[in-house]
Amino acid sequence: MAVTLPGTEAGGAADGVAPRVNDFAVKLANVNGTGSSSANNLLMRAMFRMGVPVSGKNLFPSNIQGLPTWYEIRVNKTGFVARAREYDVMVAMNAQTYAADIREVRSGGFLLYDSSWPLDQLLVRNDVTYLGVPLARMVNEAFRGARERILMKNIAYAGALVAVLGIDMEIISDLLTERFAGKEKLRESNQRALRLGYDYALEHFECPIDCHVERMEKYDDLMLIDGNTAAALGCVYAGATVAAWYPITPSTSLMDAFTRFCERYRRDPETGRNDYLVVQAEDELASIGIVLGASWAGARAFTSTSGPGISLMNELLGMGYYAEIPAVIVDVQRVGPSTGMPTRTQQGDILACAYASHGDTKHILLFPCNPTECFELAVKAFDLAERFQTPVIMLSDLDIGMNDWVTPTLTWDDSYRPDRGRVLGADELEDISVFHRYDNEDADFVTPRTLPGVSEKGAYFTRGSGHTREGAYTETPDEYQAVVDRLAHKHRSAARAMPEPAIELREGARAGVVTVGGCDLAVREALQILEQRGIALDFLRVRGFPFGPAVEDFLDKHDLLFVVEQNRDAQLRSLLVLETPVPKDRLRSVLVYGGYPLSAADVVDSITAQLGA
Amino acid sequence: MPSIVKPSVTHPAAAQNSRGLTQRDYEGAMSTLCAGCGHDSITAALVHALWELAIPPHMIAKLSGIGCSGKTTAYFARGAHGFNSAHGRMPPIATGASAANRDLTVIGISGDGDSLSIGLGHLGHLMRRNLRMLYVLENNGVYGLTKGQFSASADVGSTAKGGASNRLAPIDAMLLGLSAGATFLARSFSGDKEQLVPILKSALAHRGLAVVDVISPCVTFNDHEGSTKSYLFTRQHEVRVTETDFVPPEPAIEATIPENGAAWVVMHDGATVRFRSVPAGYDPTDRAAVTAYLQEALARGEVLTGLLYVDEAPPDLHETANSSREPLVSIPYERLCPGAAELSRVGAR
Repeated sequence: MAVTLPGTEAGGAADGVAPRVNDFAVKLANVNGTGSSSANNLLMRAMFRMGVPVSGKNLFPSNIQGLPTWYEIRVNKTGFVARAREYDVMVAMNAQTYAADIREVRSGGFLLYDSSWPLDQLLVRNDVTYLGVPLARMVNEAFRGARERILMKNIAYAGALVAVLGIDMEIISDLLTERFAGKEKLRESNQRALRLGYDYALEHFECPIDCHVERMEKYDDLMLIDGNTAAALGCVYAGATVAAWYPITPSTSLMDAFTRFCERYRRDPETGRNDYLVVQAEDELASIGIVLGASWAGARAFTSTSGPGISLMNELLGMGYYAEIPAVIVDVQRVGPSTGMPTRTQQGDILACAYASHGDTKHILLFPCNPTECFELAVKAFDLAERFQTPVIMLSDLDIGMNDWVTPTLTWDDSYRPDRGRVLGADELEDISVFHRYDNEDADFVTPRTLPGVSEKGAYFTRGSGHTREGAYTETPDEYQAVVDRLAHKHRSAARAMPEPAIELREGARAGVVTVGGCDLAVREALQILEQRGIALDFLRVRGFPFGPAVEDFLDKHDLLFVVEQNRDAQLRSLLVLETPVPKDRLRSVLVYGGYPLSAADVVDSITAQLGA
Repeated sequence: MPSIVKPSVTHPAAAQNSRGLTQRDYEGAMSTLCAGCGHDSITAALVHALWELAIPPHMIAKLSGIGCSGKTTAYFARGAHGFNSAHGRMPPIATGASAANRDLTVIGISGDGDSLSIGLGHLGHLMRRNLRMLYVLENNGVYGLTKGQFSASADVGSTAKGGASNRLAPIDAMLLGLSAGATFLARSFSGDKEQLVPILKSALAHRGLAVVDVISPCVTFNDHEGSTKSYLFTRQHEVRVTETDFVPPEPAIEATIPENGAAWVVMHDGATVRFRSVPAGYDPTDRAAVTAYLQEALARGEVLTGLLYVDEAPPDLHETANSSREPLVSIPYERLCPGAAELSRVGAR
């Protein structure tokens, strides 16, 4: 399913036009570890409850406390809420980054700062409106204790923003009541801090300012959720019972969410026992090993990780491919190579995942573009892994996984039943004379497997070493090739089972744009901006590898294609060149890989420049 | 090189276990290891133990890593699913298999390279998880398949066939287990089936992870003067070093180990290994005392054999995780999926 948010009007922030109601970007500069993210999240949630399409992106450091961290809120009534590159409102709460933050406000924008101390005159810009709120002074007067004062200062600036941005105070109060249910004292102090900022702003500024929110009709088919939570739900709904993992940013919250949902939904009310087992493994080598062992024994099993974990899993991913064992791996990509930038986003694992492991290996990949697809494709991953008896890697990224997205509501069809693929039970084994593991392939080149604990007749010896169609050890060329050639056919066959690409065609399009994953929203916004400037382009977003006929057809029909992706080496472009007949010179790249989520302006600028327009 | 299928003709008078199966039914393919390999003796002892315990072959999952030991899973229990995995990775794969189906009798066969070098981290954490399984470490102090490099269990001063002397301290799986929280630790000798079979049976009945370190000489690369893990001279020189009766899960353990004393075992090339059985009154349940005793024996240059340490109290992986008594693979999908109505609640604003 292609995700389309309502509306057709491209956002204003990308092309630098003056801000309007329900169309602006706010950047909040904070110090990490001070509790600012919950205040920022509160603001974003309140706007969402007012029916306004909004996104909140956390640009945080790989650190526990004391370093700069930013939170960006983009409001766009038409639903284009990819990251903006210009900010209408800056909330400057971090002295370390003050100077740089002030520079980032667009001309005519606003800056909210703590006026408890005088502002350095060097940091004053004439083209920006300064909104000084004596946050520290007010909070120090109203609260005792260093910890409470730090926390409440965040809520106080949120209160000022509620007034300044025209956010519904009743909604904020409701959110605080929900958040602090059963913790009356906390709710009361938060409410008091909120009021401090709110009342001060109302008294001293003309509220709301010209970029502000107004209630919109609620979209019942949208929800607010992050991709890791949605992917975890997908694993629960797909019926995964065994999970193994090693903690790594930015995938940790996926397994945390899976565990939380299992505690809620998978505890037998009668026995109090768990219908799941999560193992925190010693490393990613073990995580993938546990997943393969569990899948081999017949469970639906998965692991979640990020790039460094994929590097470690290479050895056993090859074994899973060759011995034909299902496995589901969720790679929440971060910036590489090596340790890279663990809290920044990238799409740098495409090639590493497509061909993970030594020897001739090829894997099935799925590329979700938002949390809704994280949920849907996670379920699909298990069906594909068992149908094709092979590891399936779903490539999410930090931006999708860890940020809250306004995304189509997750829905479920209760008639769904897992596709367990070709597994012979005791009765079926009874009916055949002899079982050979890698023989008797179907139209998709899949051979039946058996599970331990079922029947002696189905017993076989699984091995990563050279094997025959019968499953016996071999070092004979013909016997070896018969199996690996079938594996190549099987992978090609899987192309027909992949999710269809998302396609948008435009009348009179001069060229096509191909993209992947979390680039979706920014690219579609960019194409609208370009269309308004007279450059019509067709759009395709790949959702799976191997590529199916719809992808090949789109490539074939365009003489010029821009491939937009978030890595330095044009990995999607390489994969298209390697795995489809498209001539290399038709593909041009738009590459953004510095670690922040893609914005439409990046795409507009690059394509405009390349077209010489 | 194809694997060799063993003819499955059974003597009509062959003894049957309580399932009506003969020892033949617990055998596997013909071994392709070197003639006289200690590993084949361990396989034979395992066949005997499984037959005596009358474990249904199809309920066994046998797993291994890479190396000579890795091959041996093919040589027993042909009615069981086998998994010859990657070097050192057997413990996680066994963990997954057992997590999915707790009714399986999981048997892992490993070697000293597999367990003490490339897979050392996995072994240590398997001990911590206390996965219910039998873990046999076929320990010969040498890398056989790659032609004779020292392994991490080679003793200081032992020499390789080419003459090089090992200077690195050995890793003792038993001492490792004592520090990593292992709950069943035993050591034996491949040539002493009378001791090994009861140890394997005890191990298979253990509540959690049972590690059995079996000194298993390599006839090709580590069977020469200077090696401290070479082969027994002849049957008549063999000294039974200790004896362990089958230990059911619950009762006390102390009574099962008789007094025996130390024995020099003379190898056919003249080298000797000093084995010592644990003495009468030895208490295998006192972790601190066992650790001290093993270290003293090591300092004397003795290889202590027998059931060295056991603790039936700690929960296994499934008990710790409070997972369903029913194997997870048997739970119907309908019980696993929360359904559409619940999902709409997750989405509530």
